[in-house]
Amino acid sequence: MEKMKIYINATTGISPQESFGATVYPESITQHPGNWFNSIEPDYDTIIDVKLIRRMSRIIKMGAAAALKCLQQAEIKMPDGIIVGTAYGCLQDTEIFLQRMIDYNEELLTPTAFIQSTHNTVGAQIALLLQCHHYNNTFVHKGFSFESALLDAIILLNENEMNNVLVGGVDELTNSSFDILSRFSLYKKSLPGNLYTSKTKGTIAGEGAFFFLLSNLAAKKNMAVLNAVDFFYKPQNSDIIADKINALLSSQGLSMNDIDVIITGRNGDINNDALYDTLEQTVFTGRTVINFKHLCGEYPTAGAYAVWMAALMLKEGKIPQALSSQKTGNEKIRTALVYNHYLNEHHSLFLLTAC
Amino acid sequence: MFNPVYIAGAGVIASIGDNVAGCMLSLENYRDGIGEMQWLQSVHQHQLPVAEIKKSNEELAELSKLPVNTIRTAMLSKIAATEALSNSGITDFMGLRTGFVSANSVGGMDKTENFFQHFSKDHNAGRLRNVVQHECGSATQFVADKLGIQHLATTISTACSSSANAIFFGARLVRNNILDVVVAGGADALTKFTLNGFNSLMILDHLPCQPFDENRRGLNLGEGAGYIVMVSEKAAKILNIQPVCTLSGYCNANDAYHQTASSPEGTGSYLAMKGALQKSGLQPGDINYINLHGTGTKNNDIAEGTAIKNLFQPQYPKMSSTKSFTGHTLGGSGGIEAVFSVLSVQQGYIYPNLRLETPMAELPFTPETRFLKNVNVNHVLSNSFGFGGNCTSLIFSKL
Repeated sequence: MEKMKIYINATTGISPQESFGATVYPESITQHPGNWFNSIEPDYDTIIDVKLIRRMSRIIKMGAAAALKCLQQAEIKMPDGIIVGTAYGCLQDTEIFLQRMIDYNEELLTPTAFIQSTHNTVGAQIALLLQCHHYNNTFVHKGFSFESALLDAIILLNENEMNNVLVGGVDELTNSSFDILSRFSLYKKSLPGNLYTSKTKGTIAGEGAFFFLLSNLAAKKNMAVLNAVDFFYKPQNSDIIADKINALLSSQGLSMNDIDVIITGRNGDINNDALYDTLEQTVFTGRTVINFKHLCGEYPTAGAYAVWMAALMLKEGKIPQALSSQKTGNEKIRTALVYNHYLNEHHSLFLLTAC
Repeated sequence: MFNPVYIAGAGVIASIGDNVAGCMLSLENYRDGIGEMQWLQSVHQHQLPVAEIKKSNEELAELSKLPVNTIRTAMLSKIAATEALSNSGITDFMGLRTGFVSANSVGGMDKTENFFQHFSKDHNAGRLRNVVQHECGSATQFVADKLGIQHLATTISTACSSSANAIFFGARLVRNNILDVVVAGGADALTKFTLNGFNSLMILDHLPCQPFDENRRGLNLGEGAGYIVMVSEKAAKILNIQPVCTLSGYCNANDAYHQTASSPEGTGSYLAMKGALQKSGLQPGDINYINLHGTGTKNNDIAEGTAIKNLFQPQYPKMSSTKSFTGHTLGGSGGIEAVFSVLSVQQGYIYPNLRLETPMAELPFTPETRFLKNVNVNHVLSNSFGFGGNCTSLIFSKL
């Protein structure tokens, strides 16, 4: 099938870094002291009606603000579709309603937390704020939530029934989710000096909300081209991952030599990172490789952070100094590959090029 | 070029039957599945009737061949998806690209709400095995693994329209030549969380519900799962499948009116139905039967009814809400009703709308109250509308 070119007209998000509204990648890294990275939240009053903010939980505010800001940047009032990926959905409201059910023994409950606990709340609130009657969908599939949303958007644009789709990945971290996932041994007890060299088990917790305005039309200003997305479940070994990467590149007429920067989902967990080690000694040899989870922490839709970062770097044509330990040349960055996996189950690839 | 999407088979479990044959028998005999809860533990046991599957977790574990501590939604999902595959005559995927697109609204909440009772007092308490399948995606991934579906598994959650959107997305994966075979639909088990949530909204009926009745009082929650198998032309040939019908139209629109309430004129419902008709190239007069969203709440039924009036007047197809049998199964409902719609096209069935006493005064049509057989059904429109204004309509057509 002849695939059409898909542009990222605009992208922004809320994360543990100064990402909101940024048009170039922030030069300085915001350091977080613990094993838990919360988002730096903007002043929501500037973007959402104050009366509405009060009722919104954190994930709804982060998602809605990121979505509205992204549309502003793209100078689009009404997208043809809104698609959200979220693995955990609205945890804070879910916990509130569960707690009240216990506290009040299922009697005399108020509905607000329940209403806002459904997984489609962020997408629905964006539609409501925009009065947008168009296509609206929410994917909730663990480490493929954002990837599925992107796939849906790409298909919609390929079908040529829409010209622009707002697509995002959002997940929030709460006290409870941190404590539960800690009991599943996901996180380190404390943040090491260098996340990637500690060679211990566990990672650090993160969260974020990123939106992208994808279009099959070149706008006046575009951030990057999203050439291809692929995701695959539980590959048996690194050879299969290498095959997937090569297949993705060759589908675009490219080879590894064409890739100026590889962004990997290394998260500091010795077991988790073993795959990245193997790939860096094989398919990624000689390429510039950078990481991102020391910036946003680990969460199921973290791939959205990497895609945002790639788009900004391609727009600028360079890797921000704060992000690369490797000496990079002066040649313009034109092609970026993101390879991320979540808990070694859900693996994803994103290929982007400069416009 | 886009691939046509054929429907190869269907599978279902609901309060009115453990499989397609069981559900059809109950529909034909006007036998609903609504009554006092037996397995769900709630203080509302005697006040709020539900459409519960008449099986304990132990019995469902046996039927689904899954461990007894599996979340109930995953067990229901596997039972219905397995039937959909066997009903399609698929025993081996023959190396074809396969996918499982499933929907649910609260994932493993049946276990999480138990876990949370202990966890809320002490964050070191509560058994982790009761929260390990909490995420919506867990049920899908778990079942996809058991079914041996490898190429793509994903989950959609748009409240009550979740599984209609799963079918919509699954169909587009076949249409765009990304997959050859897709099992799509959804599942939801009854939970205390959703029961209390809907109760806090004061939209639960204390009696068996009366969709599209002037004196309707609300909905009854139910549980269940429904899946259809969609294949490309190539897959139908390789797997030697005789398709039963096609998915000819679909549309997803948003009401953009309120987080839980529908707009009085049913804007989202109207746009979804109209868009699905446009997609299929059909006129309103071509539709022989509408499987209504028809929850039985004051708000839904007038919004949906008004949208139907505006789109179909002056000629109305036969229509009914099978939620008068199954209750509202939330993330499962679009899947279950898709199965009923496929059977309607395949067998020429029109299902009754139970307990209709006084037709709604505002509407110029009345739902069908009889079970009709041998009707020439060429096109069925299935509506699923949900919280967040998420409205989706699907059209199933004879080949």
